[in-house]
This record gives sequence, C-alpha cells and structure tokens, in this order.
Amino acid sequence: MAAAASSVAAQEPGFLKLLLARRSVLVALIVFVAVVAVCVLAPLVAPADPMKMSVRARLSPPFGAYLLGADPFGRDVASRLLYAGRVSLVIGAGVALLSTVVGVMIGLLAGFYRRLDGPLSRLIDAMMAFPDILLSIALVSILGGSMVNVIIALSIVYAPRFARIGRASTLVIRELPFVEAARALGSSTRYIIANHILRNIVSPIIVQATFIFAYAMLAEAGLSFLGVGVDPSTPTWGTMINEGRQYIDQAAFLIFFPGIAISVSVLSLQLIGDGLRDALDPRLAREL
Amino acid sequence: MLARYVLRRLVGMVIVVFLVLTIAFVIVRLAPGDPAALMLGPEATAADAAALRARLGLDRPIPIQYLTFIGNALTGDLGTSIFFNQPVTRVLADRAEPTVFLALFSLLFALLIATPIGIYAAYRRGSFLDQSAISIAMLAASVPSFWTGLMVQRYLATELGWFPASGYGGPDADFLERMAHLMLPSLVLGVVNSALILRFTRASMLDVLGEDYVRTARSKGMGELRVVLRHALKNAAIPIITVVGLTFALLVSGAVVTERVFNIPGMGNLVVNAVLRRDYPVIQGTLIVVATLYVVINLVIDLLYLVVDKRVKY
Repeated sequence: MAAAASSVAAQEPGFLKLLLARRSVLVALIVFVAVVAVCVLAPLVAPADPMKMSVRARLSPPFGAYLLGADPFGRDVASRLLYAGRVSLVIGAGVALLSTVVGVMIGLLAGFYRRLDGPLSRLIDAMMAFPDILLSIALVSILGGSMVNVIIALSIVYAPRFARIGRASTLVIRELPFVEAARALGSSTRYIIANHILRNIVSPIIVQATFIFAYAMLAEAGLSFLGVGVDPSTPTWGTMINEGRQYIDQAAFLIFFPGIAISVSVLSLQLIGDGLRDALDPRLAREL
Repeated sequence: MLARYVLRRLVGMVIVVFLVLTIAFVIVRLAPGDPAALMLGPEATAADAAALRARLGLDRPIPIQYLTFIGNALTGDLGTSIFFNQPVTRVLADRAEPTVFLALFSLLFALLIATPIGIYAAYRRGSFLDQSAISIAMLAASVPSFWTGLMVQRYLATELGWFPASGYGGPDADFLERMAHLMLPSLVLGVVNSALILRFTRASMLDVLGEDYVRTARSKGMGELRVVLRHALKNAAIPIITVVGLTFALLVSGAVVTERVFNIPGMGNLVVNAVLRRDYPVIQGTLIVVATLYVVINLVIDLLYLVVDKRVKY
C-alpha cells in the first residue's frame, strides 16, 4: 500500500508538469479559467444590467459609452455576453457530466457482460448514425426548449461516444491479470467494476469529456442559432448571434463578439483536451 | 472468406438500420402529452386532434403502430407531411439537390485544402508550416460554422459582391446559376471540415513515412516527390478514406446550419422549418434517411478497403 501511495504521489507533479509543459496548454488553461471566472462573477463585474433597455442607446457602436456596444433594445452587449456565457458554460459542463455518467455506465455494462455486448453495441452504432445537430434538433423539438432539455438532448447525442470508449477499455482491462486476481480473491463484480475497471478508464474518459464540453458549447450555439435551442428570452451566446442576425449590415459587432466568445472558449477547451491526452497517455504524445 | 465477410457486414447493416427506424419511432413518442395536439398547436379543438390522431394512426395500440411504421418504412413509405400534405419521401426528394451538392462541393473543397497541406506538414514535420497548419486546423474546428458563414456573407457577398449572398437563384435559375449560389456556402463548410481531414492525413502520413519500405525506396535512389506521392500516399489512403466517411455526419450537420445562414432551400432548412411547424413526420423521415445513408456509406467505405489495400484480409 505504501509503495502504491508513494508512486501516486510521485506521479502527481509529473502529470502537472507534463500538462503545462506546452505553452499553448498553459495559455488555454488560463484563458478558460478567466472566461469561467468573469461569467460566474457576472453580477459583480458586469458594467450594467443585461436586461435594462434604453431607446437612446439603440445599436450604439462598441468602444464608446458601451464597451462592446448596445443591442437593438439598447441593452449593454458586454453585460449580456457575461450573463449569456453562464448559460452556455452550464450547458457545456452539464452535457459533459451527464453524457459521461450515462455513457460510461452503458459502456461498462457492454464491456463487462458478454450477453449485453451485442445488443448495446448495435444500439450505440445506430445512435451514432444520426448526425449530432439533426438528432439534437429532433430531441429538443420533442422535449421542448428549456436549458435542462437542451442538456438532456445533447447528452443523449454524446453519451454513445463515452459508451464506446468505456466498452473498449473495459474489454481490455477485464482480461488483465490483476482483475483475475481480484476475482480469485473473491471480489464481487460490483467491487471489481468500481475499484479496478473504473479507476483504469478514467484517463480516456476525462480527455473525451473535455472535448464533449467543447462540442456541446458549439452544438448549443448552433441550436440557438437555428431557433430550436433554449427559450430565446434566455441569452446564450447562440441566441445573441441569432438576435443580431437581422442587424448584421448596420451592426456586425452584435454577432462578432458572441462568436469570438464561443470560439475562444471552444478553442481553449480543445487545447486543454489535447494537453490532457498527451499528459495522461504519453504514448500518444509522439503524434504531435 | 470474402463473401462471408460481406454477408456478415450486410446483416450488421440491416440490424443497425432496423434500430435506426426504432429510435426514430421512439423519439416522436417521447413527446410529453398528445403529439397530435402538439402538432396542431393551441387553437385546435379536441375533435381536430382526434381526427389527426386517427389519420396518423396514433389512436391504435403502440405495438400495432410500430409494426405498421416498420412495414411502411420497408416499402419506402415514411408517412405524410402534415404541413405539405405530401408524402415525406417526396418532400425530401424535392429538397435533396441543394443539400447533396452543398455536401459534395464542401467535401471537395475540404479535400483540396486538407490533403496537400496534411501531406506537406507530415513531410516537414515540426517545421513552422507544420505547426501553423495544426494551429489553424484547430482554430477552424473551434469557430462555429454559422458564425463564419454570417461574417463571410456580410463582407464577401453583401459588401464586395464576389458571390451571390443568399438563396438558390429563384425558380427560373438554371443549373449553373444554382450551383453558383452554393460556392460560398461550400467554401465555408469546406474550410471548417478540412480541419479533421488535415489532422488525419498528417497523422497517417507520419506513420507511413516511418515505414521500412519508404526507407528502401529512398535508398534505391527514388526521387523524394515520387516516394511521397507513390509509396507513402497510397498507403495512407485507408485512414483518409475513413475520415471521409466520418466527415459525412459533420457535413450533414454543417449543411443544416449553413443552409439556414445562406437561405438555401435544402433538407436542412426543411427540417428546421419542420421543427417550427411541428411537422413530426418530416423530422422523423429526415432522421431515417440521413442515418441510413450514413450506415450505407460507412459500409461501402469498409468494403473499399478491400480494393485499396491488398493486405487487408477478412
């Protein structure tokens, strides 16, 4: 036990060092934490009330009285951007979490119980045959467009990816000697799954969850842009772009800033995901 | 051996298509409350809802509904659009042209952009060009395609007038004019989708360039260009074909959004309007057609491996 504990302790700084060795990952991490921080602290840092209308400020250009301009109702774009970011980030994080839990569970069942493997794998194949936007449009249209329903719909769309990873890793780990040893020692199946299998598939799952966080933010923006996402009265980065669309010729900044916000968040998440993958699995690092 | 492999894959495909149908059936029945009432909207009377339920067969027991649905789907009947009052297959076929060409052109653009850069980046691994190619690919995959579309439309089409800004040329437009309307949207979608293909091409070229036979070819005094194009590219083709199959889903998702940006009357626009009109048979039909196409394309790609690479044996 002591040896195991010390080897874990020895791994910790190595992992962080590996993760932050690439400057792009370090920058991405700082940027993403900053984005999350200003959005979470929106009530404290926002320059104005995001819902307050002012006829005279209608479509004020950016970098004047309003830092990032004002929308067609004279609402402060910078403040709206911060509040909208909260919704977009919650949806991204919620989808990453929910699809991980559901997907990994399905993957473990398929990987561990041979009898379930065939049917579950075919089901995963069938789910993955639907393009993500199309399936999420259909699900949201049927469940209704609230924030929770968007999270549920996108989690249904992305869970099969985790199921595939969970299944593949379980199939490999199940055959390793230490699992056999645990079984010989009389460990229950539930104990083996929780303590041996789950612990060993954490790395690929974390990496995938980071990418799904990014994809879910893109998908949410796409759904809101199509007008089939969250209720338009809730500002998200996607609904802001959708609302700004009819003013694109006179006030392109209405679309420009939310687009930048999405891109910066998604890009930093993808860079973090890449960094995590290389740090958690150095064998893959040679690719870059 | 080969015949058995093909047969096994075909059976697998049939099972997955069957599951696709089942999922599409279940999704529409996930709706809380009465789907007929939802489709008709709040003004409808109870009698209207009952009539629509009877027309759609929603008043019959679920197992019967399911069997009828599967039976109809197998004979090519995907139901009737409530809004258009026409068969769903017909409604979809009428809007297939712009979507199919949009997908084809953007795939072409994506390959034209990604393959040469991917090969060169792998060949000059670690160089400035290699690193910028990877960074730009990642950036392209992070920017929402509809946002790029809107920006490009605003500046290149509306302001500079280099491309038609939107639409599909109107009812009298000839084929060339219709295709001209697809150029800018395809370019946008092509750039977005080139990211994945570029990373894949680069990675598979890197693998192949390290192989013994590439070294042998070089030591025989074969020219560098010939080594890369004849020996390496040929063997990197398999992963590249795979990624083209994977791109299909991306292309369809991208097409849905891009058609909305450029106001192209294709299947993407149709499905979004179907959602706003609560035309469930159209949503269901689109899901089935696209997913089946995906399954078939990926099977064809797997079978293509047998042709491209003689070493692949099943």
